Amino acid sequence: MKIHLKVWRQRNGESKGYLEDHQVQADEHMSFLEMMDVLNENLVSKKETPVAFEHDCREGICGSCNMVINGQPHGPDSGTTTCQLHMRSFKDGDTIVVEPWRAVAFPVIKDLVVDRSSFDRIIQAGGYVSVNTGQAQDGNAIPIEKERASFAMNAAECIGCGACVAACPNASAMLFTAAKVAHLGTMPQGEVEQSTRVQSMVKQMDLEGFGMCSNTGACEAECPKEISITNIALMNRQYAGSVLGSEKSV
Amino acid sequence: MELKSNIPEGDIATKWENYRGKMELVAPNNKRRLEIIVVGTGLAGASAAATFGELGYKVKCFTFHDSPRRAHSIAAQGGINAAKNYQNDGDSVYRLFYDTVKGGDYRSREANVHRLAEVSRNIIDQCVAQGVPFAREYGGLLANRSFGGVQVSRTFYARGQTGQQLLLGAYQALSRQISLGNVEMYNRHEMLDLVKVDGKARGIIARNMLTGKSERFAAHCVVLATGGYGNVFYLSTNAMGSNVTAAWRAVKKGALMANPCYTQIHPTCIPVSGEYQSKLTLMSESLRNDGRVWVPNKVEDAKAIQAGTKTALDIPEADRDYYLERRYPAFGNLVPRDVASRAAKVACDEGKGVSKTGLAVYLDFAAAIQRYGKSSAISKGINNPNADKIIELGEAVVKEKYGNLFQMYEKITAENPYKTPMKIFPAVHYTMGGVWVDYHLETNVPGLFCLGEANFSDHGANRLGASALMQGLADGYFVIPYTVGPFLSKEIRTPQISADSPEFLAAEKETNEKLERLIKIQGNQSVESFHRRLGKIMWDYCGMARNAEGLKKGRQMIRDLRAEFYNDVFVPGEVNEFNPELEKASRVADFLELGEVMMLDALDRNESCGGHFREEYASEGGEAKRNDEDYAYVAAWEWDEIEPKVHKEHLEFKDIELKTRSYK
Repeated sequence: MKIHLKVWRQRNGESKGYLEDHQVQADEHMSFLEMMDVLNENLVSKKETPVAFEHDCREGICGSCNMVINGQPHGPDSGTTTCQLHMRSFKDGDTIVVEPWRAVAFPVIKDLVVDRSSFDRIIQAGGYVSVNTGQAQDGNAIPIEKERASFAMNAAECIGCGACVAACPNASAMLFTAAKVAHLGTMPQGEVEQSTRVQSMVKQMDLEGFGMCSNTGACEAECPKEISITNIALMNRQYAGSVLGSEKSV
Repeated sequence: MELKSNIPEGDIATKWENYRGKMELVAPNNKRRLEIIVVGTGLAGASAAATFGELGYKVKCFTFHDSPRRAHSIAAQGGINAAKNYQNDGDSVYRLFYDTVKGGDYRSREANVHRLAEVSRNIIDQCVAQGVPFAREYGGLLANRSFGGVQVSRTFYARGQTGQQLLLGAYQALSRQISLGNVEMYNRHEMLDLVKVDGKARGIIARNMLTGKSERFAAHCVVLATGGYGNVFYLSTNAMGSNVTAAWRAVKKGALMANPCYTQIHPTCIPVSGEYQSKLTLMSESLRNDGRVWVPNKVEDAKAIQAGTKTALDIPEADRDYYLERRYPAFGNLVPRDVASRAAKVACDEGKGVSKTGLAVYLDFAAAIQRYGKSSAISKGINNPNADKIIELGEAVVKEKYGNLFQMYEKITAENPYKTPMKIFPAVHYTMGGVWVDYHLETNVPGLFCLGEANFSDHGANRLGASALMQGLADGYFVIPYTVGPFLSKEIRTPQISADSPEFLAAEKETNEKLERLIKIQGNQSVESFHRRLGKIMWDYCGMARNAEGLKKGRQMIRDLRAEFYNDVFVPGEVNEFNPELEKASRVADFLELGEVMMLDALDRNESCGGHFREEYASEGGEAKRNDEDYAYVAAWEWDEIEPKVHKEHLEFKDIELKTRSYK
């Protein structure tokens, strides 16, 4: 199949970006990134600079890949990362526009590569349980309801790719932050620190320049792990409870 | 060179405890002054860096990823072993120790493996305390499943994303230490050299991948946790970025590469579909709890399937060969990986493969769906359920257990594994070989330590499923924080190490020259094309089956390819900029040297053991034939451009009797 690509090129964070046109001969069984590999091999064979893009595990779990494909983070298929998207989702002769995540808190490094270290700093602000190695009691000492563990796991499946931010008209990181808040806060181990955790993480999220949530639900729709916006409701509730109801403020 | 394993004296069961009781400690006031570099943020690296930080050391931690959370441990699916015996099925520390030594085909170091089995229990406790959402039973207690090569259920899991959840636990512990100022984190920094001062490892040269500049970092000791080298095969289940560079550069500075020919070919991966393919995807071993492996009995049926005129569903039960159940009745579909992979190869070599290429076997869930459907109907109080209802209920149970894996399979192949059996084929997955370390996980270079998949120590010639996560976290959380003590306790009078000494400047200069050299070749072939060719040579001559003639040929082909690479590779751009092609070129250059040592090691080992199968050394039933008299040793290779040299550490088996491995 013949694909017409319009790919975002940008030398670095300071320079101006533009869409560049390319033709690629693809196979329907290729993954989207393998199609991008073909493009890059073509460019290298012409001694041109290949398109820089992030990718690593290529099985939908590391959260590296991040392309906005025809306006949708990770492309048209639901519950799919860019690396899991296959060319059979497109038709021969299609034009495909490929852009990076766009958000103030995710500045472009080169072409499709953006800086997502703001996510790390949100986790550093409180996305953990304060337990040192060796302090743990027996694993079966705290029984956790199966349903509850499962709810926590649903939230914990977040891969930190940032599609939620890219999908949001306000570039809000609420779904990412809420997923961690919900995962840890649902488990008895994480409950102890929940009140300060929710405040610190929200504060860091604001400091990083992410926007506010206006309940459009785009994050949930585009999340490759289909993480629910219920988590945001849970975080809002706990945030309000923590700020208004406790004496501790962060 | 004499390789000293430094195994403490005494009874195997109490060695580790005695060692901890008597080892040299570093007092808290001195820990604050001592600096440690940790390279890599997978399970081993992140857990080590976090724990060092908690203990009060000054830690600098490095990853080439944009975030520590992206390390490839994240992709581990099935689970983590621990000798908890929560299932009351006869598990114990000794049994985990025994299973691991036997599974490794008696080529691992007993003392290290016993320690691993002991601390396995602490890992589960630690991870639960961090909030890792392990799977649970209705009573709220931790659930287990079985993995290959064992007869108990000791594997803990978090759906099909156990590696992800454990890594996020370690990443969060690391993030906490970063926020407390105990760990300085360097993302997008790739280690390109080890710096030795007066014979001790004192720092690294790392390339800042954003600016392209080499930077010098000094510390009192260096800990490598940089993963395995499976990508030498180009196609593997490893992530695209996984590489041997940090470990290999350490080898070029005097560390030794042990047992490099021991590579694990995982039996259940999605088969190769075309020339363009960039990587292979694993289907977790946990699927063999419920999936039955088979091929058609008759070659003509296989031919029809290959031609597309028949499907799996057209083959009646009587014409199916469930070859693992037939050949290994005691372990059935849950034989260890090396055994299952070789059996798949045998079936395909006989012409019974079931894909277009003839290189695939079936993994079938129909029986499990029936079984679960019937029991689910009973528990739901449905009397006399019809066939459709049983399938519906059974599929729901299978979905709950393996839903994400089935979904992943369907996305890649566009086939529904609930309705037709999965097609699977072996693929390179893990490397048991790695940097040689002693009992302290210290290499032969003083002050250089190596953890996790990057070292060689625990899995012998074959790793059992769900043991990689166990080893990574054991090394990082519960071993290295202690075993670094004997070295660092002698360094309390050493002032801060300067990164401006001549040794550092020389290493930095050398690193820059290597990178410049790659750019200046300006040849006509892409880095990718060389990597693909190397991978093909490795797979053809050093893959699932090897022989002396092929290995000699393969070695020469790699040497020729390496010469061609330095003449004709094309690397675009400049050194001092963000340049992914240059990163790749520098990694492939190292694979081109490692590959040669793998061939040599495989050639040198005139026996078959675990993942190393030499066609000349097989029993009549086609099983691996060891030679304990001559080869019960660790082969640790010293790099040399002309002729790498082997050093041997003899393995002693005092607590487990050496015998032929049998799963029949």
